[in-house]
Amino acid sequence: MTLDLAGAILLVAGGAFLFLGGLGLYRMPDTFNRIQVGTKATTLGTVLSLAGAGCLQPEWSFKLVLIGIFLLFTNPLSSQVLARSAHRIGVAQAPETRVDHLAEDQKRGRDES
Amino acid sequence: MTLFSAAAVGILATLALVMVRAVAGPTVFDRILAVNAAGTLTVGLIAVYGFLDGRPDFLDIALLYALINFIGTIAVTKYVKFRDLGHPARSPQAEEGDV
Repeated sequence: MTLDLAGAILLVAGGAFLFLGGLGLYRMPDTFNRIQVGTKATTLGTVLSLAGAGCLQPEWSFKLVLIGIFLLFTNPLSSQVLARSAHRIGVAQAPETRVDHLAEDQKRGRDES
Repeated sequence: MTLFSAAAVGILATLALVMVRAVAGPTVFDRILAVNAAGTLTVGLIAVYGFLDGRPDFLDIALLYALINFIGTIAVTKYVKFRDLGHPARSPQAEEGDV
């Protein structure tokens, strides 16, 4: 009973996070914000949904945990690679951007060498 | 069962928003990101649909889809960045930290 309730809450929370992630992907002002939203929120939403499904059907939880761990490993990596190559190619940033540590580091590295 | 349907509907609504971003762009990275997010959503959708249909063996397919999604994203990003799928050491623009 408790497991059912937890599964229901987790599934609904996962769906809500996924929808918010999709909304952010649609509305955010520049590519880097969209990369942030599109990988963080969808990862959390998917993992929460999988956890909810695992609570509702505990006999399948091993494979669900496997999928969740795999998503947690790979999604940050793809987002990092995407953001880095977007920064390299010089994709336009939103005018509100204040801090760009990677550009500062690269500038400092060039000055020293 | 109703819960799994609700989760599937949520995932489908999100997929629609993601597809709008994939079509709208404006840069190629937005499109790659949208495809990556759509793949992650599809993993969740396959898993939820397996439970909805009473065939949880679909979880194996979800795991495989997660694998292909990751490899595909990395490969396309690398191709866009270097115009080449070889080792980055051969590329003149490669630097430390590149995949």
